[in-house]
Amino acid sequence: MSGGGAAPKPGAPGVRAGRAAGPGRVLTRFRRLFQSGRLLQDGSPGGPALRLLVRWVRRPLLPAVRLYRRNIQLRVVAATLLMSLGVVLLLGFVVIGQVRNGLLEAKEKAAQSQAAGGFTVAKEKADAPAALGGRDGDGTSGKSGRNSVNWRSDLVEQLASGGPGAFNVVALSPDAQDAASTSRAPRVSGGVDFASVPADLRSAVARGNGPFETYAQIRYTGATEDREPEPGLIVGKRLNDVDGNAYELYYLFPLTQEEQSLNLVKGTLATAGLFVVVLLGAIAWLVVRQVVTPVRMAAGIAERLSTGRLQERMKVTGEDDIARLGEAFNKMAQNLQLKIQQLEELSRMQRRFVSDVSHELRTPLTTVRMAADVIHEARGDFDPVTARSAELLGDQLDRFESLLSDLLEISRFDAGAAALEAEPIDLRVVVRRVIGGAEPLAERKGTRIRVLGDEQPVVAEADARRVERVLRNLVVNAVEHGEGRDVVVRMGVAGGAVAVAVRDYGVGLKPGEATRVFNRFWRADPARARTTGGTGLGLSIAVEDARLHGGWLQAWGEPGGGSQFRLTLPRTADEALRGSPIPLEPEDSRRNRERAEAQALKEGGAQRLGSVPAQQCADRPALASAAGTPAPVAPPRTAAVDPAAMPGSGARVVARPAEETVPGGGHGAVEADDSVHQVPEREDIRGR
Amino acid sequence: MKGRVLVVDDDTALAEMLGIVLRGEGFEPSFVADGDKALAAFREAKPDLVLLDLMLPGRDGIEVCRLIRAESGVPIVMLTAKSDTVDVVVGLESGADDYIVKPFKPKELVARIRARLRRSEEPAPEQLAIGDLVIDVAGHSVKRDGQSIALTPLEFDLLVALARKPWQVFTREVLLEQVWGYRHAADTRLVNVHVQRLRSKVEKDPERPEIVVTVRGVGYKAGPS
Repeated sequence: MSGGGAAPKPGAPGVRAGRAAGPGRVLTRFRRLFQSGRLLQDGSPGGPALRLLVRWVRRPLLPAVRLYRRNIQLRVVAATLLMSLGVVLLLGFVVIGQVRNGLLEAKEKAAQSQAAGGFTVAKEKADAPAALGGRDGDGTSGKSGRNSVNWRSDLVEQLASGGPGAFNVVALSPDAQDAASTSRAPRVSGGVDFASVPADLRSAVARGNGPFETYAQIRYTGATEDREPEPGLIVGKRLNDVDGNAYELYYLFPLTQEEQSLNLVKGTLATAGLFVVVLLGAIAWLVVRQVVTPVRMAAGIAERLSTGRLQERMKVTGEDDIARLGEAFNKMAQNLQLKIQQLEELSRMQRRFVSDVSHELRTPLTTVRMAADVIHEARGDFDPVTARSAELLGDQLDRFESLLSDLLEISRFDAGAAALEAEPIDLRVVVRRVIGGAEPLAERKGTRIRVLGDEQPVVAEADARRVERVLRNLVVNAVEHGEGRDVVVRMGVAGGAVAVAVRDYGVGLKPGEATRVFNRFWRADPARARTTGGTGLGLSIAVEDARLHGGWLQAWGEPGGGSQFRLTLPRTADEALRGSPIPLEPEDSRRNRERAEAQALKEGGAQRLGSVPAQQCADRPALASAAGTPAPVAPPRTAAVDPAAMPGSGARVVARPAEETVPGGGHGAVEADDSVHQVPEREDIRGR
Repeated sequence: MKGRVLVVDDDTALAEMLGIVLRGEGFEPSFVADGDKALAAFREAKPDLVLLDLMLPGRDGIEVCRLIRAESGVPIVMLTAKSDTVDVVVGLESGADDYIVKPFKPKELVARIRARLRRSEEPAPEQLAIGDLVIDVAGHSVKRDGQSIALTPLEFDLLVALARKPWQVFTREVLLEQVWGYRHAADTRLVNVHVQRLRSKVEKDPERPEIVVTVRGVGYKAGPS
């Protein structure tokens, strides 16, 4: 038994408590550690030094924690180990408790009978000398006194001789004064320390009549002093000696043997328990491995499948659940592969079809085209009706051609056959070219096209042909719908993105139209006369072109306030867009102007904007009265008015100071605004 | 002026229409409808220019183009219905000088043909150097260490254009205008493909060009001599 303390009574939880204390304390310490960590994470008070310490303690633990979280095998094995350890411990304590109880009970019984016998003998011996003395007449008081000195020693010796080693006998006088006299001094056998008899027992014996017993530590003195104290059972009774003086007689039964037996049982149990726990852990490891290995294999193969290696399959052996999993998995992969192949085949066929249609349609169209041109050239020789017919033929052939090429382009996107040929290009060059191309149309419409933000290079990895097509589309649209007012093309670079925004001050867009403009064959107003006869596919193709670049094409517009189309492209092809250098809603939108007004009113007599409120107030009634009809756009007076803006046209175009042309972070607020009409799906895809 | 044009096209209506237009512009067209017979017809007609449809029965246009290019530097203009990247690039890489996408206008076609034929009309006695190459413009020859390098007329023009102004960086658009005769921007892939073809002939290591140097984001320039 663990050294030191008194042997506990059977069933007393002394040992168990002592054992349990170890892990319990560790657990609470851990809990405290994690709790403190969580507390700190929650931001509750905790000094930075403490936080640092916690982080420093936790950092080396993190890989282990991560491994534990990710590895189901480890987790199951750990759980099995813990649980089996618990079971084994519980079992051990129960078994040890029962064994101990059994052992002690037997010993107690033996001890009691032994002691009872001893007490009887002592009693008889105390009575016997009186009878003898009376019979012999050989009883002087002196002799009897001397006799009584040895009597106790004799008695103890006699009683102890009954079982040397099995027990010892102690005779004590009830009071300490008597202990001084030689006749009543304590008598012991086998060198035991009479102080081993606990005071509790002594007082009980002194008071009561029957035999009392208790467990106590038996210590040794004298020649046997170096003997280890050992646990024992002490049985005591009050008796009268030959002189009629009361004394206490104790039997001390050492429990060494029982302890040894118990220790043996404990050792056996501990060894067996350890083996059981370790073996259970190993078994759990093996069993879980059987389940986890196929699952891991499935995970690995699923990953490979998702990267496009569709021919990957699981190995299936047997007919158990794991095999069923594998079969189901393989079936799924098989179907997936089949479907993907079908889709690929479809896509290939679609591409072939588009290509063939393209060729088959274009060759006769070329002949018709050339014939029509020849006829057109010669129309001077025709009568007016035929000449006009020739003109119509030529014009409509142009339209037919552009419609055909747009349709083919769209179907190429649909078939996924569009390829990006990206190289670093300066968008300023593209914009210049586009504006050059749109100049004749703009002149006819009386529109001026202005470019802002072209002070620095606007370089991005892009497909020049596609970007030019997009921008041409936007600029031509702006000129067409701009009602003769200025068209402003802005360029911006910020972060990993470049943007070109085309702003017009025409009829604008109604709410909800900003997303629909990109629909195929969508028309803003079916009743409106179409002047240049677009195909209705231009913006759809433009959106696809932007998407191919990983960019955005978005529209903003307000009724009567014009519209703005913004193309945002990533600076390098493999970069994902997070924002645009130009806000989608222009600064001179009605809402922004009102906001600016409110701001200006609030600031009151701010130095720079001193005259703003008055001017704005003067402008507003005009705006309100013109509601519904294309209203002239009032510029925000926060910026200098462009002297080049044409006052006569009714469109006062907003000029921005040069530094405003590239608003670095200002766009975030505008774009987050849900009332801005954007192409929602694009926003979602980019996950902003 | 020389104006024999061989039209290789299987569509009889288109071929006839091309004939009408070309004759109207003063060219002498001849026709072949089959890819297999195209080479024989080419040898017989000795045209100044070949109009070649890419989709042909028998040998396809790409193959015909390669065969003609193997024995002659005569300008080849492809007619294609596919402006898709791959077809055009493959056609250009097989040796075509230029391409025109169906449907085209007669004027566009004629302008393209004239641009290809024009260059042979202007001999200028001139000696140029680019890198370690010596170019005799009038003699239409390029030599490195006395060894002459065979170039097609278009490649020669491209090299001469770069060599005449070695200090200038040519954008693809400028080259398209000067060498191909485009007034406004067209497909810059023309330039890319032909620069590669040219490099494969004149560069010692086409991977690390020294004669025709790329200026990233701008265009090309002549290497230092």
